[in-house]
This record gives sequence, structure tokens and C-alpha cells, in this order.
Amino acid sequence: MSSVLFLIPIALFLGALGLGAFLWSLKSGQYDDMEGAGLRILDDDEPEKAPAKADTKI
Amino acid sequence: MTCCAPAIEASAESILAPETNDDILLGASLDLGEGHYQLELALPDIHCAACINTIEKALAQLPMVNTARVNFSTKRVRVDYVPAKGHPSEITSAIHARGYRAFLLDPESDNQTDTTLRDLVRALAVAGFAAANIMLFSVSIWSGAEPVTRDLFHWISALIAVPAVAYAGRPFFTSAWRALRHGALNMDVPISLAVLLALALSLFETYNHGQHAYFDASVTLLFFLLIGRTLDHMMREKARSAVRNLARLAPPHANRRHEDGRHEKIALKEILPGMLLDIAPGDRLPVDAEIVSGNSDVDRSLVNGEPVPEHAGPGSALLAGTTNLSGPLLVRATQPAADSFLARMIGLMEAAEGSKAGYKNIADRAAAIYAPTVHILALGTLLFWGLTTGNWHMAILYAIAVLIITCPCALALAVPIVHIVASGRLFEQNVMMRDGAALERLAQVNRIAFDKTGTLTAGKPRLNGQFFGASTFLARAASLAAISRHPFSTAIHAAAPSSQPVQNAREIPGAGIEATDDKGTWRLGNAGFCNAASLDAPDHTSTVWLSLDGVPKAGFAFTDPIRPEAATTIAALHQLGLQTTLLSGDRADPVAHAAKAIGITDAHPNLTPEQKLKALQAFSDQGEKTVMVGDGINDAPALRAAYTSMAPSSAADIGRNAADFVYTNDNLGAVLFTITIARRAAAMVRQNFGLAILYNCIAIPLAVTGHVTPLVAAIAMSSSSIIVTLNALRLRWGDTPEKAKSPKAANTRISVPA
Repeated sequence: MSSVLFLIPIALFLGALGLGAFLWSLKSGQYDDMEGAGLRILDDDEPEKAPAKADTKI
Repeated sequence: MTCCAPAIEASAESILAPETNDDILLGASLDLGEGHYQLELALPDIHCAACINTIEKALAQLPMVNTARVNFSTKRVRVDYVPAKGHPSEITSAIHARGYRAFLLDPESDNQTDTTLRDLVRALAVAGFAAANIMLFSVSIWSGAEPVTRDLFHWISALIAVPAVAYAGRPFFTSAWRALRHGALNMDVPISLAVLLALALSLFETYNHGQHAYFDASVTLLFFLLIGRTLDHMMREKARSAVRNLARLAPPHANRRHEDGRHEKIALKEILPGMLLDIAPGDRLPVDAEIVSGNSDVDRSLVNGEPVPEHAGPGSALLAGTTNLSGPLLVRATQPAADSFLARMIGLMEAAEGSKAGYKNIADRAAAIYAPTVHILALGTLLFWGLTTGNWHMAILYAIAVLIITCPCALALAVPIVHIVASGRLFEQNVMMRDGAALERLAQVNRIAFDKTGTLTAGKPRLNGQFFGASTFLARAASLAAISRHPFSTAIHAAAPSSQPVQNAREIPGAGIEATDDKGTWRLGNAGFCNAASLDAPDHTSTVWLSLDGVPKAGFAFTDPIRPEAATTIAALHQLGLQTTLLSGDRADPVAHAAKAIGITDAHPNLTPEQKLKALQAFSDQGEKTVMVGDGINDAPALRAAYTSMAPSSAADIGRNAADFVYTNDNLGAVLFTITIARRAAAMVRQNFGLAILYNCIAIPLAVTGHVTPLVAAIAMSSSSIIVTLNALRLRWGDTPEKAKSPKAANTRISVPA
């Protein structure tokens, strides 16, 4: 019984931590573009500003 | 061009020049401070990973751009830039140079970010967290805890449940309160009552060391309902933002020319009669006006359904919404913007109450029956047990059990879940639905009224054959036509696409194209321009002539072709038992011809917008429920007045905003598919109600006789919600229309709402 007394707060704290993490991720805009996130993994990452090269029309 | 065909078929006139006015772009940007500005543009054409990449890279290369990020879900790009390092117009030009259209969003309708969804998701997260934790304690209690432990667990559950309900229940409480204040009952009233009473009773029981508490039931109930509500909101928002992105604004400003030749950009509402305005080729007229100088061809198809471009010269009166096709025009406004044709249509729309006013959706109708029934049952239970046993505490327990177990869960989920699934199906087939009520209305319609131009026909002239001269001249005509954007020219060029453009050809607005080579001077244009006025031409078609040194060599005829799928679609609609009607502003002859070709017997030509409106009101007076399908500015009042309405995405903005459904795949099959889905969805809703009622028939006797413990309530509630959800998912199968035989079908994206 005594173990329950501190296990319960721990369990609740961990649950609340997960909830907090979710709310934070929502706030920071990680769910704003779900479809785009799935497509971006198809791109090969290239360094920031690409060197100016001849403009190839796609 | 782009990596693959644009998802939204852009008709020739809808590819506008990009917005290049720096002041306008800067004005639409958000000042982030420190010289940084943020601009948001709609990109209707993006549809794959390469598109994201192309646009972001193109923008990142600009020295003034700090970051650019494409949001694929909303089809927008957000650019953070420093105007001091360049011109904002470079941004739009860079996107256009890659072959994508970029539109400024209407700042007025668009700066309200979707806070509702965010609140709903937060509430959902809180309810989910609370429901899971309380359920853990409840399971321990059900598996037989000691009274002391049970009380402790009840208290901990209470500690979680009370704040969770207070936070997550707000969407329901506010809506229930609103309904009660107006003396109405909606679904949220019994929900709120059940949740709050269950919570209050559980607190009371816990305080008195009672055996049963319903904390888990009240929080789980909220959790399930929030899932439904969030999905419902997401689906609507998705359709709304898609429609919003399509909406190209009416020209937000006009180019005024002062008497002394100065130019100035002015807002629409500042236009006064008598002002001179410059109208560039490709622009739509912002107000009713009269041409002062310049010759051009104008396209009135959106104004009165006349598909054939007409020549307009000095003195011609033009209505707002007319597109200028070939030459620059100087016009004098004859009406202020508020009195122009466009504004009159908006006025008509607002006046058209429409037969959908007063429509109560099925969920509210069910709630109106359900809520009193449940409340009377609960009250009856209370009185029965209280009076027969004298044990009021037990009577209250049983009465609240009735409220919980008849859980509006299944009933409140029954409708939204079906609508969400239906909306997902429609979205996959490129149909956007504005709200669920429209789907319910569409399932009830028994008459369908079509506009002709642009809806049943392509809305663009197509070469119908050569009626004069040797067929070898087609290639010559096409090579002349290559330089012009006039619909006839594009149609001729499309008939012989391999021909090379002629050197030194020039376009004479309102007449045709002229070019000189070693054979002499070629002319392609109207009969007067080619000295062919005396020659016979087929009746009721538009003609274009080719002449060499003033001698007519060839004549071409044009028609506005009927869409290939029109006849089969109409036949299928008849099979569904729908009456069909054609309401067009075009002349009697082409209307009769089109009606005959596709099998509509009831056709009305020469209708003014007011008459279209009257025709629809006449149908509704006869008790008929009509769906209107149309695309023109002149259809907008009718679209608003009809019981429900559909518009293609190529429609004028005003028409698109009036319609309940917008289809973007440019295929009439979408109309048939939407009606089929609507009817199936209506059947599903009825089945789900049936299931919910059946479940209640079993559950209520249990509750009234006092057999419902929290465990039974939890099982019964969850299972009923899951059953209606699974049933709704059956809508996902069957009924897929055959794929359009165009490359567009290749990029039909699968997008299931959540």
C-alpha cells in the first residue's frame, strides 16, 4: 500500500508530462502541415542557400 | 512548366499575370520588426514533394528572402523577407517563373487563424489524458479494492476529473448554454447535463464513501465526443481553406488615368462615374463602364453565359466581370462600384433568402426529440423509485444512470462521423464540401438545374471544322494564331499545334492577326478584316477567316463544345430519378442545341439573373428541391437561392462562394458522384440513428431498473460509439467514379481527414 502512495503521483506526473509535451508541440506548430511533413522526407537535403547556378526551368 | 500537370485545370483566362505592385505586396505583408516582413501567398497548383522543393529553393535564392516555407496542407507559402534588399514583386515573379500561380490572400477574410481547432485539440488532449488515468483507477476499483483504497482512488479520480471536465467540456457547455438561452434544445444540452450531473453525483458519492462513482463515464463521454467534434471541425476547415485558396479576389484595385495623363492605383470603392480607367488584356472589368478608346475582344461568358468572345470598340458598354482579352482599353466608369453589375448580383444574392433558410439539420431535429424524451425518462425513474421505495438517494442514482447510459454519445457521433467520412471521399475526388447540412440537403433533391456555358459546355470555343478553302491552310492559320491569346486563336493553334509561329506577325485588337511573308500579307480574323463578309458562312456559329492580300482563302467555324461526359452524366442523373433543367443566359439556338444533344427536355434560354432566380423559386414553390450547378456571375443569385448548389472551381469567385460544393476536377461526373455519396451518407445516418435507438432500447430498461454500474456504463458507451463509427466507415467503399482519362487523374491526392 505504501508503494502505491508514491507510485500514483509518479504515474500521474509522467502522464501530465506527456500531456504537457503534446500541448507544447501543438503550440510550436508541429501539426500545422501534416501532409507536407510526409512529402519533405522525399527531398534530398541540400545545404542552405544553394550556390547560384544556371537557372534550370523545371 | 511544372513537374507534372497542375491539379487545378487553369482555364486560359485564369492564369493572370502575377501581382507585381510592390506597394500592394508590402501592404499585404506583416511587419515583424527589424526590417523583416512576412508575406503569405496561396499556391493552388502545388501537389507533390518536388513542388515544395522547387518553390522553396527558388525563393531561398533571392537575396532579400530570409526564409521561405511551403505549407502543403493549406497550399500556401510563408516568406520572411527584408524589403530593403529588393522588391517584393521578385517573390511572386520567382514563383511564376517556375510555372506556379501565386495569389495574394484576401487579408480581410484570412487573418483569423483557426483558434477553434487549436482549442478543440487541446481539450481533446486533456480529456484523453484524464480519461486514461481515471480509467486505470476505475479498473482497480472494479477488480475489488478495499473500501479505504476505493475512497482514495475515487478522490484521486475526482482530482483529475473536475479540472479536466471544466476545461475539456467548455465547447459543449457554451453551445448548450447558447441553445438554452434561446429556448432551444440541441444535442449539447443532454450531453452537458449528463456530464455535469454524473460529476456532481460522483463527488457526492465519494464524499459519502459510496460504492459507485461515474468519473470515468463523464470524462470518457467527453473524450469520445471531442474526437467527433474535432474531426468534424477539421473536415470543414479543410474544405473552407481549399475554397478560400481558390478564391481569386475581384480586382482589388483599378488603374485610374487622370485627365492630365497621370496614372494612379485606386481602390474599387473609390471609383466614381466618369473616372477613366486603364484595363490591360487579361483583366476583368471592376465596374460597369463604357469604352473610350481602344479595340479589343471581350469575354462575357461569366456575365451572361455567352461563350463567344465579342468585339468591343469605342462606345461599347461593358458590364463588371467582363474579361478583356486582346487589347488594352481605356474605359470610363458609368456606375460607382457599389451599383455595378457585380454589386447588383451580390444584392440579389443577399435578397434571395433561398429555400434552405430555416433548414434544420438532422442532428438538431433528432436532438429536439431525443433530449426531452431522455429527461422525462430520467425524471420518471427518479419519481418512480423515490415514491415506491422512499429511498431518494437510490432514486437519484438510478435517474443519473439513465442520463449517462442513454449517452448521447452514439447519437451525437452518428451524424458527424458519417459526414466526415463522406467529406473525405469527396475530397479524394476533388469535391469540396462546405458543411454537412449541404450533404443532407443534396440527398433530398429531386431536380437538378444546370447553367450551360462553362458548366455543361467547356466555356471556351473549339474549332468545329473548316467550311471554306483548302485544308492545307489550317497550318498557315495556326502559325498566325500562335502569337495570340484570343480564345479563337488558341483553338486554331490547338488544332495544329506543330505549326511554327510566324515571324513579324502582329495582333490588331478587335480584328485579327496580320503577317507578311514572301507570298504576301496574310490576315487571320473576322469577316470584315478578311473581306469575307459577302461569303456564306454556316448559321449560328462563329467564324474566323484567313485571307492572302485581301482574298479569303479559308474559313473556320467554332462552337462551344459540350463536355464529353455531359450526356452520360445527365442520363445517369435521370436514372437516379432526378428531373433536369437547363437555365442559361445564352441565346435560344445554342441552348436548344445543347439541351437536345445531352437529353435535357426542359431548357430555358435568354434568362437574366433575376429570371434564373425566379425559375428556382418557382420550383421550390412547387415543393421541389433543386440543386443548381453553375459557374457564372449571373448564376450566383440562383446558386444562393437553390436548395443546394455546386460550382466548378473555374467559376467566378462570387459563384464559388455561393455554392455549397465546389468541384475542381473539371468533370461533370463529380456532380453525379457527389449526389450518390450524399444519398449513401443519408442512408448511413439513418442506419446510425437506428443503431443508436436500438442500443438505447436495450440500455434504458437496464438503467431504469437500476442494473447499471459504472462498469456496465463504460462498456455500453464505448461499444455504441465504436459501432456507429465502424458503420460510417463503410462509406469508404464502393462507388468510385471511373477515372477521368486526363493526366489530372494522376494527381488525385488521397487525403483522408485525420
